Amino acid sequence: MIALILEDRCDGCNACVATCPTDVFDATETAPIIARIDACQTCYMCELYCAKDAIYVAPDQNAAETVEYEAVLASGQLGQIRRDHGWDRPSEPGHLDPYRLLGPLLNEGAETAVRRWSVQHGGA
Amino acid sequence: MSDRTRHTDVLVIGGGMAATWAAIAAAETGARVILVDKGFVGTSGVTATGGPNHWWVSPDPVLRREAIEKRLRLSEGLGDGEWMARILDLTWRYLPSLAKHYPFGSDGKGGIYYSGVRGSEYMRALRAAALEAGATILDHHPALELLSDSEGRVTGARGHAPRLDADWRIEAGAVILATGGCAFRSGLIGSHCNTGDGYLMGVEAGAELSGMEFSIAYTLSPAWASTRTLPYFAARFYDGAGQELDIPPGRAGHVHEQALGRALMQGPVLADLSEAPLALRPILHRIQPFTPAPFARRGIDLFKERFPVWLFGEGTIRGTGGLRIADHDCRTTVAGLFAAGDAATRELVTGAASGGGSVNSAWALSSGRIAGAAAAREALERGGKAKAPSRGLGQIGLAPSSEHRDLDLKGIDRTIGGEMHDYDKALWRNRDSLTASLLKLDGIWTDIARHGHAKGRKGIALRETAALAASARWCTAAALARSETRGIQVRIDRPEADPAQAHRLLTGGLDRVWTRFEHSSLVEAAA
Repeated sequence: MIALILEDRCDGCNACVATCPTDVFDATETAPIIARIDACQTCYMCELYCAKDAIYVAPDQNAAETVEYEAVLASGQLGQIRRDHGWDRPSEPGHLDPYRLLGPLLNEGAETAVRRWSVQHGGA
Repeated sequence: MSDRTRHTDVLVIGGGMAATWAAIAAAETGARVILVDKGFVGTSGVTATGGPNHWWVSPDPVLRREAIEKRLRLSEGLGDGEWMARILDLTWRYLPSLAKHYPFGSDGKGGIYYSGVRGSEYMRALRAAALEAGATILDHHPALELLSDSEGRVTGARGHAPRLDADWRIEAGAVILATGGCAFRSGLIGSHCNTGDGYLMGVEAGAELSGMEFSIAYTLSPAWASTRTLPYFAARFYDGAGQELDIPPGRAGHVHEQALGRALMQGPVLADLSEAPLALRPILHRIQPFTPAPFARRGIDLFKERFPVWLFGEGTIRGTGGLRIADHDCRTTVAGLFAAGDAATRELVTGAASGGGSVNSAWALSSGRIAGAAAAREALERGGKAKAPSRGLGQIGLAPSSEHRDLDLKGIDRTIGGEMHDYDKALWRNRDSLTASLLKLDGIWTDIARHGHAKGRKGIALRETAALAASARWCTAAALARSETRGIQVRIDRPEADPAQAHRLLTGGLDRVWTRFEHSSLVEAAA
């Protein structure tokens, strides 16, 4: 669940307030506040839409977590999801090229499991 | 209040794939279009966090025919080849039209890879395309009920905008329900808002549902974080003591889920992904960045360390049930009301099989476009404003029949979710357990109908709980009435298909839930 908004990074654009699908945030005069954490579904969309990498979502979707500012900074995770997406370069050709490999790789994994189970059960 | 009423030709309710494709198709005709979404168009729903693959077959007549014949066999008598051909055609023609807004990648053979898209970019592109086509998008505008005129024609909707602390009312020439499926608050990523609102609003207007028995499906995920794209298929599984579990492979379907469910009811189940495809490891974060993050943030190397897993219920999202489609244009059985995407039944294109992934996505695009264009045509033909005064059609949660009481909505939601997705019930469906579930769900429904009343955000939450209860009752009643095993409807007390039940099963009703097979006029009370 959403765990931290880094006020020193936040520029008050309120993109997280607008884009959160479950309306977790409220705007204030400065950085938004986490107003309804029980509605957070840990979907990471606020991180994706935060241009300042000022939001950290903790990984447990079943319970709120308390995180330390320094530890979050040190984790290298701030903005990681946005960078991995290439979210800021939507028109740049090629950055979604690996996507086509998803289906074949999932199939390969499924076949691995089929073969292994067959061997374990003495089948052909 | 009347000064807050807006008028439009087409009102689309929902904000995912089907809703946005509907808004685009409607706006392209020149009709005025308003789309209202409970969340934010771009992030809400299960597409944004997923990676939808579309059923994608080139127009070669032989390839198309083979693809359709294969799906018809999987549909076990409930699919429709003509609808399959339509969605293959529409998907092939229209998915590439997003190229201005979506960075389609290479197919590795000198061409462009269209069929699989990453959800967050896809929904961002659909939002941009809908706005460009001229649709008006109202985010954070959950609908509470449909409106109709004195003849029962749907003429709009009413809702509440919590961010504005204001009620809203929109009158329209035609209304499209594209509110998605229902995952019963299972924790499935992106599904928190998928509470079956469209099913409830539709049935309140007099619409029928179809295929609600096809509502059991799960996604395997880390126990602490639902993700929908992961290489679990190659996983080995272990119990808490480190003993390897004998789990049939994922391709085995129901027995795979039963084996995992049985183990999960006894204690933690740990997955070992050390045999996952090597080629996936260095690029997983580029394919689906939401997947590795929950591991990295727990300090777990997902390909080297074992970690606990959970089966997250998908309900009618990966199931197939929804509002009955009554004609070629995605009309429901109610005048002025259309349905698209997971809010509609997908049996026409999947039959009794899950449409998970590709067929459901092609259906969302195609049914959205079909409904959008047809709704616009109908609204423009009728011309301008609704001609008769309209009234709200909602009852439960809006107008209690007895004295108001505070209800523990979160507790009720959990109970409903348990009746739908607890492994012992869902994976071992049988007459006795389904009957007991239905009785319990009927009690919940009655309590809400008698005592539930709230305004503002609480009012929205109350209607969500009512929609969850209603959807669970329809799913359960349909599973009880289909006394056989067909496709993803598995009854352990009726393990074979019954040729006499090779028909679509309809359900509906509010205080009294009914079911009937589509070919028959015989109505059975479910309780």
